[in-house]
Amino acid sequence: MKLFLKVVVALVLFGGGIYLGKVFFGRSKNIPAPVPSYFNGDGASASDSAAMGAGTVTGKIFEIKPGHSIQAAVGQANPGDLIRIYPGVYHETVYIDKDNISLQGVIENGEWPILDGEKKMNDAILYSGNGTLIENIKITNYKGNGIMGQAGNNYVIRNNWIVDTGVYGIFPQFGKNGLVERNILTGIEDAAIYIGMCDNVDVRFNEVYGNVAGIEIENSRHALVEYNYTHNNTGGILAFLTPGLPIKTCFDVIIRNNYVLNNNTKNFGAVGSTVSHIPKGTGVLIMAADDVTIENNIIMGNENSGITITDYTNAGVNHANDPESEPNADRITLLDNFMDKNGSDPIDEIKLLMKMKLSKKGLDIIAVGGGEGSCILNPDRYVTFGVDKYLTCKASDTHAVKTYLLAKPVAPRQTTVAEKGKMTYYGVCSGCHAYNTRLVGPPVVMVQAVYKSNPKGIVDFITNPVHKREDYPEMPPQNYLSPETRQAVAEYMLSITK
Amino acid sequence: MKRILIMLLLGIGVILTCGIFLKPQKMTGLKLCSTCPPGFELTDSNQCKLRSLYQLYESGKGNEPGVGGLRTALPEVRDGFTPQQIDLGRYLFFDPVLSGNQTVSCASCHQPDKGFSDGLKTSVGISHKPLKRAAPSLWNVAFLKKFFWDARAKTLEEQMTGPLYSADEMGTTREQLLKTLNGIGLYRDLFSQAFPDKKSDDIVLNEVYLAIAAFESSLISLNSRYDQYAHGYHEALTKNEIEGLNVFRSFVARCAECHTPPLFTNQQVAVIGLAEPDRSFDSGAARVFHDSTLRGAFKVPSLRNAALTAPYSHSGRFEKLEDMISFYTKGRGHEVPATEELHIHWHIWEPGLSSHEISLLSDFIKTLSDESFKPQVPEILPSGIRLKNKLSTRLVSSVSNIK
Ligand code: HEC
Ligand code: HEC
Repeated sequence: MKLFLKVVVALVLFGGGIYLGKVFFGRSKNIPAPVPSYFNGDGASASDSAAMGAGTVTGKIFEIKPGHSIQAAVGQANPGDLIRIYPGVYHETVYIDKDNISLQGVIENGEWPILDGEKKMNDAILYSGNGTLIENIKITNYKGNGIMGQAGNNYVIRNNWIVDTGVYGIFPQFGKNGLVERNILTGIEDAAIYIGMCDNVDVRFNEVYGNVAGIEIENSRHALVEYNYTHNNTGGILAFLTPGLPIKTCFDVIIRNNYVLNNNTKNFGAVGSTVSHIPKGTGVLIMAADDVTIENNIIMGNENSGITITDYTNAGVNHANDPESEPNADRITLLDNFMDKNGSDPIDEIKLLMKMKLSKKGLDIIAVGGGEGSCILNPDRYVTFGVDKYLTCKASDTHAVKTYLLAKPVAPRQTTVAEKGKMTYYGVCSGCHAYNTRLVGPPVVMVQAVYKSNPKGIVDFITNPVHKREDYPEMPPQNYLSPETRQAVAEYMLSITK
Repeated sequence: MKRILIMLLLGIGVILTCGIFLKPQKMTGLKLCSTCPPGFELTDSNQCKLRSLYQLYESGKGNEPGVGGLRTALPEVRDGFTPQQIDLGRYLFFDPVLSGNQTVSCASCHQPDKGFSDGLKTSVGISHKPLKRAAPSLWNVAFLKKFFWDARAKTLEEQMTGPLYSADEMGTTREQLLKTLNGIGLYRDLFSQAFPDKKSDDIVLNEVYLAIAAFESSLISLNSRYDQYAHGYHEALTKNEIEGLNVFRSFVARCAECHTPPLFTNQQVAVIGLAEPDRSFDSGAARVFHDSTLRGAFKVPSLRNAALTAPYSHSGRFEKLEDMISFYTKGRGHEVPATEELHIHWHIWEPGLSSHEISLLSDFIKTLSDESFKPQVPEILPSGIRLKNKLSTRLVSSVSNIK
């Protein structure tokens, strides 16, 4: 045990050291640091996420000191801006509904900026924009989530320290192309790192301990979980297909090179939550997910079992079924792993299995329920149940996969000006204006007659309408549309012929 | 053609709008609309295609459409009907002639002025008996993949055979419906306008279904103040309302996990554990899918225009939004009768929402109202039946002068 700890500490220090060195040393703290050079691509390999699209600072830099509001800065910020947060305590919920905003904590003399929800606030950071970067922040005492993304792509969440933030620590949901690395999380009553309904994500170099679930990949596709240190949770690393969610698949998950040690903490999950059903002592748990590869992990001292693979029915989870989600764990690939001292104090059902197997030694690997196409290398190295039907794997390693991040960031949600004009005309204006009939406002043919080749005139009018026609109601201002959109819709309106 | 039209417009000073009687006295010569309803572009092949600002996000092929977040593309939409089909559907939707005794139309229970619901706990049809469930709003049904509270229909066409032929709702039969419509000359004419390639002279059922589905699919509501916020105009919501949004999407309340933007439904069924105080337990989706784990599961309703559709829930139990919202914070399974063993959804927990947060949530839900594309109620029906109380006030003036 001690030995492994040492190894891990060395590893974490090594990894973190390079990083911290780049960011913080050799730079006077008065010079605003843009986001690390790490992102600019010099010397970065593909797995270094050079192409994430997050953290590329092209705009203003806001400096936030205690007593000031981070949200106020977010409110003023434009895409490409960096918000630097200085050490001190901040009590707020920060929400980022804009693209390409970076939040960067500044750590001075070991002092971190701290977001403290005082157990009164719901979530610490919510983001829906693309290209969000969140780093170097200590987050604690929230009731909901530490950091939650909703449909933000190209996200980077790293170097954060998250302690007791309620349900989830770091939870990107519905995001494509994301990196979650070098965070430390503890005291979370569901999953510390929860990748929910995402695609293309790397989760690396994190330490998660003292949570109900360490790292959970749920209904996500193309996830790489590597070099993490997961210990003393109820369950270490999970890959789930949960029924009843709008995304109906979970596949292509690689769990490799992680430490999964002594995940024997009593389950303190909320009643009814999926993870509340996880037996303490669970190392790795695969439920109904497909195409999962488990390779080169060190999985030891997990009292229930090292690796559990189950279909939905045998998982003991009490959710309603979903006719659209396939309940079996198919094509699970168990490559070489270092496993020992697992299964020493399992749940009663497993004790029963052991009796059936006449085994006194705890189980390293248990596979129960339906599923096909799974394989294992060197099964004799472990104490197993249920893998007899597994074939011998043809593959021996996953070296070919360096990262699941995309080579290029997901394209921004942008459209040509012409399309913008059209969508706005039909999507908004057509409620009051038709081409040649009178609705609430005058027909487009009349507008065209007045503003022939004068889109600017239309822009001015819709920005600040004046009451012109006795027989029509006054038009409400459309200044909520961006200037660019107003111009586009004006041009479009002048161009239509039906 | 365009020239002629404009000359007609400017020269004669009169415009013809959709669906007006050329000779109202004789009720002949009704002409169906040749332009699309608001929100749709008329294509060269005479189809109405939806256009929405949310389609601007389709290019960022990152996320599955329709599953949450602010700038997310919409789920696949049912569109592409012709203007004539949509307009014909509008007449049928409002016409009580479709019912067994010519007193009940779709619009009796789906009233435009009540968010296309009816303001009742549970609806009342031809039999004057209260039905088992409440009428859902029809706004944005064009995006739905499952219909009814228990998700028992997969298409709008399949759905409408329910009310049409139910003895308690519209109480007609296939035979009677066809006989009635085929007996009305004006409808025969309108159907041949809407289906120019039709094979038989007679009206057939699939044409009736398709036209009504076309009209229902034109009920688009995506221009609320919330939408302005989502598209980037953050001043559209007040501070309170933004706080409400943050509670709504927070992981304490978790509303956005099931009522996911942009439609404010994830289109799944879920067991939230509502009881039926005055009647026997409604098994919900369990019966439809023959799966006891779905006992008490209902489709997550969209919350768009919910401010207009009180009372709430499948049984209309809650008068006010706040009442419905309070349900979520009174404890997981607090209503479940002792005799029931329900598989309550994992997002139903004990969020401990304060009364302040409950009112913030209600404030936020009210920002989802938008009726800017509300269709007009026909002034006169092809059946000659007079609409007792004109349902809508927002009307296109049928003949108006242009100066
Ligand atoms: C007597 C009242 C009544 C009439 C008439 C009626 N409906 Fe309904 N409608 C309801 C009720 C109640 C439900 C919900 C029933 C259920 O879920 O079991 C419903 C459900 C629906 C739904 C499903 C919406 C959703 O989100 O799942 C659609 C669509 C619909 N009606 C369309 C129509 C159409 C079209 C007509 C006319 C052909 C019609 N209704 C006539 C009461 C009525
Ligand atoms: C587990 C999924 C789930 C969560 C989480 C959830 N809802 Fe619901 N909601 C539903 C379902 C399912 C219904 C329909 C229930 C019924 O009628 O049986 C519903 C109904 C409603 C209704 C009534 C709508 C109508 O037209 O009748 C409102 C309002 C509502 N929810 C608001 C909320 C709010 C606010 C939250 C967060 C506090 C929330 N919901 C959280 C699933 C959910």
